[in-house]
Amino acid sequence: MPRLIALVPIVTLLAMLGPVVAGLWGTVLPAFGHLPVAGFDGPSLDALRMLATTPGIGAAARISVTTGLLATGISVLIVVLITGGWSGTPAFQVLERVLSPLLAVPHAAAAFGLAFLIAPSGWIVRLVSPGLTGWDRPPDVLILNDPYGLAMTAGLIIKEVPFLLLMTIAALGQVQQRRSLLVAQALGYGRLTGWLKAVFPRVYAQIRLPVYVVLAYSMSVVDVAVILGPTTPPPLSVLIVKWMGDPDLGMRLLAAAGALLQLALVVAALSVWRIGEFIVARIGLSWVIRGGRGRLDGAIRPLGLGAGALTAALIFAGLGGLLVWSFAGFWSFPNALPDSFSLRTWMRHGPDTGGAFGETFIVAMTATGLALMLVLGCLEAEHRSGRKITSRGLWLLYLPLLVPQTTFLPGLQTLLLGLGADVGRGPVIAAHLVFVLPYVFLSLGDPYRAWDGRNGVTAAALGASPNRVFWQVRLPMLTRPVLVAIAVGLSVSVGQYLPTLLIGGGRVSTLTTEAVALASGGDRRAIAVYGLAQTAAALVPFALALIIPALVWRNRRGLHA
Amino acid sequence: MKHLALIAALVAPLPALANPDPADWDAVMAEAAGQTVYWNAWGGSTTTNDFIAWVGERVAEDYRVTLEHVKLTDTADAVTRVLSEKQAGVDNDGAIDMIWINGANFAAMKDADLLFGPFAEQLPNWAVVDSNGKTVQTDFTVPVEGFEAPWAMAQVVFIHDTADLADPLGSMTAILDWSKANPGRFTYPQPPDFLGATFLKQALVDLIDDQAPLYAPATDENYAKVTAPLWDYLDALTPTLWRQGRAYPATGPAQLQLIADGEIDLAISFSPGEATAAIANQQLPDTVRTFVLDKGTIGNASFVAIPYNSGSVAGAMIVANFLMSPEAQARAQDPAVLGYGTVLDMAALTDTDRALFDTLDLGIATLSPAELGSVVAEPHPSWMTRITDDWMARYGTAQ
Repeated sequence: MPRLIALVPIVTLLAMLGPVVAGLWGTVLPAFGHLPVAGFDGPSLDALRMLATTPGIGAAARISVTTGLLATGISVLIVVLITGGWSGTPAFQVLERVLSPLLAVPHAAAAFGLAFLIAPSGWIVRLVSPGLTGWDRPPDVLILNDPYGLAMTAGLIIKEVPFLLLMTIAALGQVQQRRSLLVAQALGYGRLTGWLKAVFPRVYAQIRLPVYVVLAYSMSVVDVAVILGPTTPPPLSVLIVKWMGDPDLGMRLLAAAGALLQLALVVAALSVWRIGEFIVARIGLSWVIRGGRGRLDGAIRPLGLGAGALTAALIFAGLGGLLVWSFAGFWSFPNALPDSFSLRTWMRHGPDTGGAFGETFIVAMTATGLALMLVLGCLEAEHRSGRKITSRGLWLLYLPLLVPQTTFLPGLQTLLLGLGADVGRGPVIAAHLVFVLPYVFLSLGDPYRAWDGRNGVTAAALGASPNRVFWQVRLPMLTRPVLVAIAVGLSVSVGQYLPTLLIGGGRVSTLTTEAVALASGGDRRAIAVYGLAQTAAALVPFALALIIPALVWRNRRGLHA
Repeated sequence: MKHLALIAALVAPLPALANPDPADWDAVMAEAAGQTVYWNAWGGSTTTNDFIAWVGERVAEDYRVTLEHVKLTDTADAVTRVLSEKQAGVDNDGAIDMIWINGANFAAMKDADLLFGPFAEQLPNWAVVDSNGKTVQTDFTVPVEGFEAPWAMAQVVFIHDTADLADPLGSMTAILDWSKANPGRFTYPQPPDFLGATFLKQALVDLIDDQAPLYAPATDENYAKVTAPLWDYLDALTPTLWRQGRAYPATGPAQLQLIADGEIDLAISFSPGEATAAIANQQLPDTVRTFVLDKGTIGNASFVAIPYNSGSVAGAMIVANFLMSPEAQARAQDPAVLGYGTVLDMAALTDTDRALFDTLDLGIATLSPAELGSVVAEPHPSWMTRITDDWMARYGTAQ
């Protein structure tokens, strides 16, 4: 048994990084013209040359870079303003409560909601028309699918702000912000300025990896890009997926070359970001030394709260829009509410969502169950061997989230195709595991390590074996964090679009792939039903993770933390 | 001589040996019972999806065939899968048993020997198909030769909201003039979407006087000259389009939402009954009507084909035959369901079967067969491929 548990970290690393490494390999070979399945024997530079001459490739690559950097930069800025200006206040607590469930809302559902809001014929314009605007027809302005990718950037920001905010809150616990802030304020610094100068550098060091994840993700996202992104041409990630689906297997070479370009762009953008960190640090240092106390704090602070509130409001209003559309009869412009309401959309599509819901559930449960076993095994191995996870280990954990999905998933699919194993649920679950594992690990790691070891010592003194301590003392006491980790895993799996689409070969239909497939048809009612079903699938586990411990431990007050 | 005949019979190209003979229909029915048929069909229209679900219920009832609809965003995906299965050596029980197909995809599959058949003309219901009056034996000029079975007729119509655009426009030039006078009120699905590509072909056939070259493969010599009027037309039209042509709806149904939102007044459709069906579904305002061009509009047939490596050939033939039955055809033509044109010959039907069609109310926005006017045949697929590629280079990447 002790030897078995020592193997768990190795198995975990293999499950997490194996597909990534294999996928990269499967991408590099065809990118250099080697794909025996389709009758291509490399190496050659033809695929890269073909990529270079593809019409619109420059614009596609540019959108990928600009949306990624812009979405990440603005998200970090909003999070810094909120945390710096408001952490520790009641307003901050409210915002935290409101934003944390939004983390689970799938990207696609949030993007649909936003599209319903901001389109020229969307809810916002309807609310003020024709009263304020005089419009009885929607204005012919390009808001959705704009060539600069601004709508897409906004769609990413509303989802990344909750993520980064929660990561920042987790980091705050380790930097003694209260003490630093007290000292700074005693020296006459404004709240925001004091936080930025005394606390932010230490917090940023803690959230650096999540920020990189956001950057890599934003640059290579597919579902949000399909819903909100430009189409003439689309971002590089969408082009890659399109080429992957081309009947001509030769196009796989082009897709692989594109995937390699995507990787290069992400590496370049990460480097630019890193250089930016140095520059900001340099400027920040001289700002600290100048000793300004922050006269503008009062003016800037409300911005942070406003931006945070706006983020939450956009997601909630978007989901509200989905709800209204799902019950809408005919709904003409500029009416703010449907001309009539009906249940027919739910009667029509409700039963279909059932099948997709089942598939989503099976994939998510299996991937999360496997992830939980591996993570618990790793943490217990770490605990028993007394070796803490190093910063290098942490990098490994983040690696699958840093390599763009559009780089290694196409390669993985091509490899599986060569093996004749490219269909079905099994490979999809394995692909989901790559993304579920790190999040479950990150979610469970801190509470697991924070468990008071004296409970274990007491149990051992009473004669319990390490295994018995684990099963009968530690796990029951950690019910709540374990359930939260399960909820995190489920919501990550529910939201996965690309792994399901590419690895499932279109035969594994989850709520997310069905919803995104409907995006092209523009039937807002059907989209609304699937978007809501998808949101429910991701949110319900979180609700259960809160309710179950309260019920199970209703007579154990100490476990209600 | 007897020997020769025997040898000839033995070496004659046969469909894979295990496959049933469509001429022996009882054997087909016996073998089909209990089979599951994966029908890969475009899943972007909720009304079509409902119809396919109904077909599934009916064939389960009558023949114990289970029908699974694999919803595609692009039929090319199914072609990819069969092709990659062949390359991987999956020659039996492939993932796909039936594909909703026509045009370039059919030509590609037939060309690469990826289809089972011939079977279509041996199906019992072929007897009532209108093979003389309707283009069911050629598909975009490519001879069908029984490798796919027809199940719906489509013809281009234009959907217009009479609240904003009262009168039909008789030609592509009239559409351009109207769009110039009403900028931002017209758009079409973004090619390579098939309906967007159809719009380009419709424009081309309406703009040129000599259509003969379109019915042979496009050549490097004639392509530029023949298509020049199209590009001139699009150069003039694009700046007047919705969003000045900087964004396009992804598919045909997405245009309907734009009309409902009041964003556009005119859209192309490949289904004469689609507008009526959409009004019934509360997806379009009831002020919507349809029109065709004076010189006629492009029409074609939708088919189903069976991949060579299907493991449920008998079941797939049952479904293909059911799709050509008067019951299924009448339901498909009902505008409250699909509003697709029938492939059947009314004169060949029994009185009771004909009554199914006669009692149909085609609906307020559907033109009668007489009003639909003359059908222009689909050009050779090579034109569509080249025009689509050219469009993407010219307009699909212009920012």
